[in-house]
Amino acid sequence: MVDLSRKYDVLVIGGGNAALCAAISARRAGASVLVLEGAPKFYRGGNTRHTRNMRCAHDAATEILTGPYTEDEFFEDLLRVTGGQTDEDLARFMIHESKEMLTWIVEQGVRWQPSLGGTLSLGRTNSFFLGGGRAMLNALYLTAEQLGIDILYDAEVTSLDIRDGMFLSATLKRDGKDIAIRASALVAAAGGFEANIDWLRESWGPAADNFLIRGTPYNRGSILKMLLGKGVQSIGDPTQCHAVAIDARAPKFDGGIITRHDSDVFGIDVNKHAQRFYDEGEDIWPKRYAIWGRLVAAQPDQIAYIIFDSSVVTSFMPTLFPPIAGNTVAELAQKLELDPAALAKTMAEFNAAVRPGTFDHTILDDCRTEGITPPKTHWARKIDAPPYLAYPVRPGITFTYLGTRVNRQARMVMADGKPAANMFAAGEIMAGNVLGQGYAAGMGMTIGSVFGRVAGREAAANARN
Amino acid sequence: MTDLSHPHSSNTLRETDRLMTVCNSCRYCEGLCAVFPAMEMRRAFSDGDLNYLANLCHACGACYADCQFAPPHEFNVNVPQTLAIARAESYAHYAWPPGLSGLFARNGLVISLIAALSVAAFVFGFAAFTDPAVLYGVHTGPGAFYKLMPHNAMAVLFSAAFLYAIVALVMGVHAFWRNIGEPVGMTTGPRALLQALRDAGELRYLHGGGVGCYNEDERPTDRRKLYHHLTFYGFLLCFAATSVATLYHYLLAREAPYPWWDLPVVLGTLGGLGLVIGPIGLLVAKTARDPALVDKQRMGMDVAFIIMLWLTGATGLLLLVLRATAAMGPLLALHLGVVFALFLTMPYGKFVHGIYRYAALVRYARERQMMGG
Repeated sequence: MVDLSRKYDVLVIGGGNAALCAAISARRAGASVLVLEGAPKFYRGGNTRHTRNMRCAHDAATEILTGPYTEDEFFEDLLRVTGGQTDEDLARFMIHESKEMLTWIVEQGVRWQPSLGGTLSLGRTNSFFLGGGRAMLNALYLTAEQLGIDILYDAEVTSLDIRDGMFLSATLKRDGKDIAIRASALVAAAGGFEANIDWLRESWGPAADNFLIRGTPYNRGSILKMLLGKGVQSIGDPTQCHAVAIDARAPKFDGGIITRHDSDVFGIDVNKHAQRFYDEGEDIWPKRYAIWGRLVAAQPDQIAYIIFDSSVVTSFMPTLFPPIAGNTVAELAQKLELDPAALAKTMAEFNAAVRPGTFDHTILDDCRTEGITPPKTHWARKIDAPPYLAYPVRPGITFTYLGTRVNRQARMVMADGKPAANMFAAGEIMAGNVLGQGYAAGMGMTIGSVFGRVAGREAAANARN
Repeated sequence: MTDLSHPHSSNTLRETDRLMTVCNSCRYCEGLCAVFPAMEMRRAFSDGDLNYLANLCHACGACYADCQFAPPHEFNVNVPQTLAIARAESYAHYAWPPGLSGLFARNGLVISLIAALSVAAFVFGFAAFTDPAVLYGVHTGPGAFYKLMPHNAMAVLFSAAFLYAIVALVMGVHAFWRNIGEPVGMTTGPRALLQALRDAGELRYLHGGGVGCYNEDERPTDRRKLYHHLTFYGFLLCFAATSVATLYHYLLAREAPYPWWDLPVVLGTLGGLGLVIGPIGLLVAKTARDPALVDKQRMGMDVAFIIMLWLTGATGLLLLVLRATAAMGPLLALHLGVVFALFLTMPYGKFVHGIYRYAALVRYARERQMMGG
């Protein structure tokens, strides 16, 4: 039984990768730790439950990765996807620390998936969790329990008592009662506000109503809002987030990984007016997939359609929702409720603009269009083998970047620039320090694990002093 | 062309197809066992494919504990339970002769009745054909058992039951193999047979990809692998004991019972211990198992088989301990009755899981070889 009347050394609010890494690292440093997870047990872990891999730098090949993926290369990748919108000092610190994550996270019970098809199929930049993010969470929670960390589910924190950058207590709503939870240090690892449609609407306007949320409805950003309201300095643009194009038929919340599409390479993307709006052949996976959510969000009614034909249907991974099919372009347009003439015109113009080339979707090949705007600069092939097929897509928000500013200790920085006395942050709630915009696969977990571990260690040290 | 999906012959297979479609667009579990890599070799699933995947599943439970879409999520992905149901239905589907597939429906009752009748037959048979003084007498030395039942009668009866079981099992596997091999006309070779033997022998896929298996909750604390090894190798040792004794009898003209240090008794004792401890462990684990993972309708089939194995071991050991007393006669009838019923019901109970799973592992080994070039 958890004794909520005692004063803990470290209170961790949140229950995902960052929160658990913080809790475990604080406990290993000798602190007493309470974890308050706002979601029910099944939905514990925020977006971690939908993740699969982590991006870590390494100087040489390992059992699960080819190598090397140097710190400099990682940083260059980060610069490219963020367009330079990153705190270089913090980013370089995180990348350096990510090297140790490959072994540290395994010491906490998490397992990497071994190569399934021999060394040829190994990745270089990203390591995959055996069984995915929920398996990772199960391992971290098991370790946390074995270390004697107290954990509560359905534990919604309704207010924080913070004075002059000093955390005093959190109010927990439990069985209809308010309970004051006291602790010597706070680690806020409660994620972004991607499931808070009202908040999204503040910066996105009515378009936010058409967003689908890839994670659980529990990522409401209430802790972030409280902290910013208590004088913690904010970082990041409230419209920036990791968003991908996902199937429009996906549920509003928690569709996770299986609703995503990456078939634009094999066809064209049109909006509700049957007009193309972006170069579908601009870049290769995984850099490509992170931009399409925002592109679709900018289209009228936040909807788009990936149009392709039967010749490519087995070229990409099987999808949860089957493609919508029509034996003619007109029939497909009708099923998609698009103007048949407009779609026919767009497709005819596209087909006429396709130049001959040698298709290879693994490289930036020489199949391109000429004379249309926007062009398709790679992988352009005629769409002319009926039946014609389409996936309707909407923006799927993974997580938001507006967060709390932190320093290298993962210690929050107050609005006046002074470090907070005893408050730390890790994970999506501070991702904006590193990710000003854009995304590259596996970075969310790197941010969570690295800053979680640092925050836990520093919070434990802070509590002792 | 766009709709690659197959029509299915049952609701269970339709649900299995739905789940495999979800899983195939996720693939997070591909490192856990053989089922998901086998799934990834396909984009659509025939009945045979689904029965193959169902029998490839070892019910380690890891994919349920690891799945972000497991219930209460609205996608309601419960692979272990659905595959368990599909697996059990496939046993009935492939049963030979087809007219007896109904025996799988109320399997617990069927096995209990056959076991009871079989034991009763031996008891009455002994009573009818032997003098009560012999039945309750004390017999020792070579040939003691055969005072109750002539060796040749025993051999003929058990060989007939065993041969029938083999024929029925072979016919069932034949139907299974044809069904799962349909799309590509699968052949196999010694490499795949050996690989599958290794995989089955060590229960390679009952380990959650290395983490361990799940039973009560999301913690990998399950010990079913150990208990299954005790049961399976206990069964094999008992079978070896009987085989060695048969060879002794016909080749060396040495009659049972044998002294405690002799090979058949040593093998039988070790096997018997395995068959007593293993099934108890499996039964305890079964009662503690998360109901979400269980095919509740087939509980009777599983329990009946576990208890039959336990009874085989327990009555055998008891017979060994008490063979020099007046209890030997009744215990021999009990032991023979149980073993006879076990043989007779092999093709119509949980025993077949091992046969079909081995066949599925052979196919998987073969597919891997073909994929690897």
